Amino acid sequence: MSEPTLLRVADLALHYRTRRGVVRAVDGVGFDLRRNEALVVLGESGCGKSSLARALMRVLPRNVQHTGGRVMLGETEVTALPDERFRREVQWSRMALVMQASMNALNPVVRVGEQVAEPLRVLRGWSRRRALERAAEVFGLVGVSTDFLSRYPFELSGGMRQRAVLAMALVAEPELVILDEPTSALDVLTQAGIMNALKRIKREQGTSFILITHDVATSSELADRVALMYAGQFVEVADADAFFSRPAHPYSRMLMASVPRLRQRSRPEAIPGQPPNLFDPPSGCRFAARCPHRFARCAHDPEAIRLGERHRVRCWLHDESTRRGGA
Amino acid sequence: MAQAVFHREPAEAPLLAVHDLHTWFELRQWGFLRVGAVHAVDGVSFTLARGEAVAFVGESGCGKSSLARTLLGLHRPTRGEVRFDGGSLGDLDAGGLKAYRARVGYVQQDPYGALPPFLDVGRILAEPLIIHGVKARAERERRIRAVLEEVRLSPAEEYLTKFPHMLSGGQQQRVVIARALILAPALLIADEPVSMLDASVRIEILDLLRGIQASRGLTLAFITHDLSTVRHFAERIFVMYAGRVVESAAVDALLDHPQHPYTQALLAAIADPDAANATRQREVPGGEPPSLIHPPAGCRFHPRCPHAMAGLCDHDEPPDFEPRRRHLSACWLHR
Repeated sequence: MSEPTLLRVADLALHYRTRRGVVRAVDGVGFDLRRNEALVVLGESGCGKSSLARALMRVLPRNVQHTGGRVMLGETEVTALPDERFRREVQWSRMALVMQASMNALNPVVRVGEQVAEPLRVLRGWSRRRALERAAEVFGLVGVSTDFLSRYPFELSGGMRQRAVLAMALVAEPELVILDEPTSALDVLTQAGIMNALKRIKREQGTSFILITHDVATSSELADRVALMYAGQFVEVADADAFFSRPAHPYSRMLMASVPRLRQRSRPEAIPGQPPNLFDPPSGCRFAARCPHRFARCAHDPEAIRLGERHRVRCWLHDESTRRGGA
Repeated sequence: MAQAVFHREPAEAPLLAVHDLHTWFELRQWGFLRVGAVHAVDGVSFTLARGEAVAFVGESGCGKSSLARTLLGLHRPTRGEVRFDGGSLGDLDAGGLKAYRARVGYVQQDPYGALPPFLDVGRILAEPLIIHGVKARAERERRIRAVLEEVRLSPAEEYLTKFPHMLSGGQQQRVVIARALILAPALLIADEPVSMLDASVRIEILDLLRGIQASRGLTLAFITHDLSTVRHFAERIFVMYAGRVVESAAVDALLDHPQHPYTQALLAAIADPDAANATRQREVPGGEPPSLIHPPAGCRFHPRCPHAMAGLCDHDEPPDFEPRRRHLSACWLHR
């Protein structure tokens, strides 16, 4: 039984204008997400994964030079909506974003409960009382005692603030929640607690998630699907099981080999070299300079090659004609 | 393999011996009224052998950084003693402390914050040499080049005139390591040396530190919250909780046979990449680490511990037991 598709993203692009030139932070990204599915976008810093979240949610800085692509949320073509309608009809109510370090962006002089309830009062015009009741409900969902509704952010630990921010994202019952590094500043036990809460919410509420992280181990705590991002592009998209046990792209394999594992004695291996700069990405495959399997064809931009029903990889090694020894 | 360094003469005097160390930070109201203290380090004892690599592991607020800063001579211990190479840290005058700091290198967590933005790499590395009286310019230059090569920033010429912002995070951290090494210390303290770096760079930097440690015969103390990396980069682990060391043992013994309930909880919370994780709830002890101003009586972990025994754990502080050979755990379960 497969759930219907919730989100279709095609050719998404987000380019920034800077003094040194144009940065192509997101450069032609496409994927599908089903209802109640969690997609993890994995990547190192600077690969464009946070920009991807910003592009999806239209939380854009001033120096945007170009945005492009098409985003369909259910039957709605989100990218065709004017800003005002997007804000009223999609943001918070259908798609919510928990930005990186947003737990430190809570208003210090407003009680946490009021802040969590605010989207309902602004978007739906709910009374303070009704919105606070709903906030109390979501607090229960994310595992925060309702006593904390009337506390100020400074009275909460980092883990509790992160849960409160998560509650705010969930308060208007969106179909999709995008989480940008939700646990990377937190301690191990706090992290595990929050991942537990996310799993429960996904199971009980049927919410879809896009989880953006650089941490491979944490990503496996929620992922149904994994997309590995490199230099503004998805280099591999696969089901979690296929990605973690049989990664196909050379970068995916090297990344998996670089992950330190608690329960294995194999030594993690560093990935030599550095990601290309996004001002002037190399033509052809962007990973070629660091790739041990590089060959003549890598000078051409690889297409997304189908390996299975829902497995795509941007690498010529997997192309039929390469495997036959052609090209 | 670096592991070969592990066997050494037990008779050899330790490089560092820490006994009953307490570092408290006094809390005052209106600037003068003493209202209590943060017990950041609260009774820690251990010894480090020469040439050994150890890791201090714990969550934020467990006192690991305060411990590091006390060992560096940046905080004065409230009680207890630090002996380095036979001498007591408490006896040192200003000159003695300066000489001591030349023998203990410090690698900070945030490389960009640790490097002065307006000095180039050559000047950053010359600074400690100038302060410690290396007057000849040629000698300074020789040592700067050598240490840059050692941290694999080569050719050295290319980096000497660069400013920190012109370097990648990994390169910045290499400069910090070079600065920590340039006075040829006997002990290197690295406080979360890779937590600000990208996954692929982390292993490189840890490999580098471990390689330098082995080739120079340094004693290396890692402070980290990341248990998954310690197996490969340390020989012994100390697990800290609320200002104390709750468990210590050789790396494999501790990771494969954790004894203290806190260590067990910590290990259970860490995932190795596996698609099956997504359908598994992890066991996480309730609650949060205790206040260091009023730490709980008895065992500090007892309010969160699934095995807590009423009347004992909430009343008496557990001493160090040795449930396995050379494996210490401060828990009443081993009684």
